[in-house]
Amino acid sequence: MKTFAYRTAVTPADGLEPGAVFLAGGTNLVDLMKLGVATPDVLVDVNKLPLDEIADLPGGGLRIGAGARNSDVAADPRVRRDFPVLSEALLAGASGQLRNVATTGGNLLQRTRCRYFMDASKPCNKHTPGSGCPARDGDHRDLAILGASASCVATHPSDMAVALAALGATVRVDGPAGRRVIPVTGLHRLPGDTPERDTVLEHGELITAVEVPPLPFAHRSTYRKARDRASYAFAVGSVAAALDVHDGVVRDVRLAWGAVAHRPWRAFAAEERLRGRPATRAEFTAAADVELAAAEPLRDNAYKINLLRRMTTAVLERLAEGARR
Amino acid sequence: MTTTTKAVGAPLARIEGPEKVSGRARYAAEYPVDGVAHGWIVPSPVPRGRLTAVVADPTGDTMAVLWHGNAPSLAAVDDPELAVLQSDRISYRGQPIALVVADTLEAARRAAQVLHLEIEAEEHETVLRADHPGVYEPETVNPGYPAATVHGDVETALATADVTVDVTYSTPALHNNPMEPHATIARWDGDDLTLYDSNQHPSGVAATVGEIFGVDRVHVITEHVGGGFGSKGTARPNAVLAALAARVTGRPVKVVLPRQAMFSMVGHRTPTLQRVRLAAGRDGTLSGIDHQAYSQTSRLYEFAEQTAVVTRHMYAAPHRRTGHHLLRLDMPTPRWMRAPGEAPGMLALECAIDELAEKLGMDPIELRIRNEPSAEPESGVAFTSRHYVECLRRGAERFGWSGRDPRPARRREGDWWIGTGVAGATYPTMAQPSTARVRALPDGTFEVAIGATDLGTGARTILVQIAADALDVAPERVRIRIGDSTLPRASVAGGSSGSASWGWAVTGACRSLRDTGRDEVTFDSTELVQRQETEGRHAYGAHFAEVRVDAVTGEVRVSRLFGMYAAGRILNARTARGQFLGGMIMGMGMALHEEGVLDPAMGEWVNHDLAGYHVPVHADVESIEAAWLDETDDRINPMGSKGIGEIGIVGSPAAIVNAVWHATGIRIRDLPVRLDKILDGLPAS
Repeated sequence: MKTFAYRTAVTPADGLEPGAVFLAGGTNLVDLMKLGVATPDVLVDVNKLPLDEIADLPGGGLRIGAGARNSDVAADPRVRRDFPVLSEALLAGASGQLRNVATTGGNLLQRTRCRYFMDASKPCNKHTPGSGCPARDGDHRDLAILGASASCVATHPSDMAVALAALGATVRVDGPAGRRVIPVTGLHRLPGDTPERDTVLEHGELITAVEVPPLPFAHRSTYRKARDRASYAFAVGSVAAALDVHDGVVRDVRLAWGAVAHRPWRAFAAEERLRGRPATRAEFTAAADVELAAAEPLRDNAYKINLLRRMTTAVLERLAEGARR
Repeated sequence: MTTTTKAVGAPLARIEGPEKVSGRARYAAEYPVDGVAHGWIVPSPVPRGRLTAVVADPTGDTMAVLWHGNAPSLAAVDDPELAVLQSDRISYRGQPIALVVADTLEAARRAAQVLHLEIEAEEHETVLRADHPGVYEPETVNPGYPAATVHGDVETALATADVTVDVTYSTPALHNNPMEPHATIARWDGDDLTLYDSNQHPSGVAATVGEIFGVDRVHVITEHVGGGFGSKGTARPNAVLAALAARVTGRPVKVVLPRQAMFSMVGHRTPTLQRVRLAAGRDGTLSGIDHQAYSQTSRLYEFAEQTAVVTRHMYAAPHRRTGHHLLRLDMPTPRWMRAPGEAPGMLALECAIDELAEKLGMDPIELRIRNEPSAEPESGVAFTSRHYVECLRRGAERFGWSGRDPRPARRREGDWWIGTGVAGATYPTMAQPSTARVRALPDGTFEVAIGATDLGTGARTILVQIAADALDVAPERVRIRIGDSTLPRASVAGGSSGSASWGWAVTGACRSLRDTGRDEVTFDSTELVQRQETEGRHAYGAHFAEVRVDAVTGEVRVSRLFGMYAAGRILNARTARGQFLGGMIMGMGMALHEEGVLDPAMGEWVNHDLAGYHVPVHADVESIEAAWLDETDDRINPMGSKGIGEIGIVGSPAAIVNAVWHATGIRIRDLPVRLDKILDGLPAS
């Protein structure tokens, strides 16, 4: 591991010196440092900052401190009652031990698990810009079908972020240049020809909180994750959804997919298609297909199109059934 | 010939259990050694080529950077993988081509990451294909069987049969991943070498490393081992590199493999392509069996997995053929992984039998019973004991097989398709010469010493039980010493032969001490083991699986897994259960999860960590149980025991694959069975 300096952050607006990175739970960063994929000069520990509160927002929303641990957020009674999709997504991720340490901000900023990115001895445009992307012709079964580029087909690995994208959550950011608010759906970039940049954050900007706005129908929301073993596996495809049905008609819907793109994929086109239409299986599938029309699968990941179509249909059907009861 | 037993068979808890759960048990890398330096292995970044120069950062914080340009010469031994840093030739990606030694692990690792390597890369080939022009038939397959056998005329049998099956199954590269990676601390005192090393055979490692360095006194200490699965059966490059670096630096050196290196440097189970053809009459009687297996080996060494050997003695049929075909690739050398040969071979055979049962409209258990041989079908020799049919029948009762609707895709519960499957299991019963020593101590206890190893299986505990009965004393009066190459020489903890081999020697020593009244007896079993008659020695079993397949996603989960075994006398009911269940869970991994994902351009299995290479987790194991028949077999060894460490992974994958077919109607013939292979064929809901 490359030698590094260590200091503690004093305020969220401290910023970072060149070559420095923030350290929160460390469950991803420390692995990458051991592998030589991340080689920071300085670690700035934000664990001492008072950022772990989960607070009510007016109207029924929640402000989740960036330092709140995944386990604590998943277990919070308000999250479980008002935003079950978020609790379910968190509990579908990682392991109990990891969730006890991993933070809300860190979960959003975790990096792809693309095998080529995780190996400094191999080319990868994300860890070594310009070195190429072997995943396109190599192993990409788990990788992106939407929004990818010739430079990068990585997926964002978070489950939590998919739920937050569906819920329309925003990220509060602090830094030397001041504070700003970014929608979760706009936090992560698509790779384009600069896949080395995962997010729109500037160097030194720190996520201080995630705000989940009031969404009354989100008490009927859910997260479904398909994976290759029963636990402790990244998604091969996932669906976060909330559904508001009135007299058999979709009044509103929130839909996001995981493990399909460089960011948690909010299915805006599918949502648009569904609003005002009958809450039927055929409509749900048709809506998924509208979104999936943009998919550009590679040799070994075209199955994700069928998987997402089936999962989306099933998840929305289940939510619609719940609404009828 | 067996005496009245008291301790043997009892479910004694592992005697080292309290040490292990309290963290006091020391594994190889955990011994405190003054002044120890850390070695980090530099793996080749290309699959084929020549290493022409290594340039270290002169400002780097290292004690030594060893490579073929500066490493001392080593004597060659049988295993060319141990000729580390001796040649410029690169034979696979991940091969050790340099070793960095530093005061700290972190410094060594970093220096290794930024080391400048000058390499002339060459074109490489890494994909196993049956139609590759380089495919050849080896003379023998492990551990010395003929590569091919022919009895009768299988082609005519196939051409004239009522019903035939002709299927090709493939299994991917599988990787031994014991919880404790390979690790060595090496220390020289003059020409005396001490190795704290994680392995399955301390005296074997001592002999090999001694030969490599041209020294007589190598002391290998292997008190506790966190699993091996075959990958620690002989010295691995870590032991040689640690000793080499310690020689050069004059410091003790520790080398621990990172998880990534476990996928290249310590062996793996070869990928296989297997064509199985079956010919049968309408009543299910087999007239012909043909099993042809293709596997790979490295440029360095011919390792020929005995994939189809199991087919030579499993079922009766007058016309039969087996064959093995190898392809050398620019890939690491395969080695033993739990039930080498039997595990992949029985996957193909037992799935093919299931496909035949489907074609015949016959119950797969009845089909197997119909083809039960009275003696080994190819050799004609008698079985010392064979209770396969009883395993199938009694297992079926316990599992609740009767009344099963044989048609696939009929049982739906909520979101899940449900199916059940069965497959047979077998494993050879082996024993190897070993020597044990027993001493009567003044305090009334007995010290039993043998250079065996306990991989976590309970071997240590079982030897105490065996010794107690042979001495006719309570187990509390027996002290056991194992895991040290200076103790009487024992055979490898492999081939499910440890308990039989070591127990034989321990029994001999203890009985002799009891009968002669002497204070100390050393007993060598070589003559007894070699005097055994030619007989068919095998353990048998039957595996039953119930799976559910998600009707939306195609995700497969194993609701129930059951194994019924006939494996001679069970020496310790508690540790035996752990062995059986562990094998079955590993079988689940083989069926559903495990796959070394090859990137042909990189020439490497790219999912080389435990996030990318999935093994079953706790949540995957739902209802799992093992049971066994009270089998008596006095012809195999004094305990009447058969090896049980590997049989659990033999056939259990096929039972699961067959159950997936029963649940969905989909035959997956390329392992592992995963949702992407199932999704498009799922029945309409």
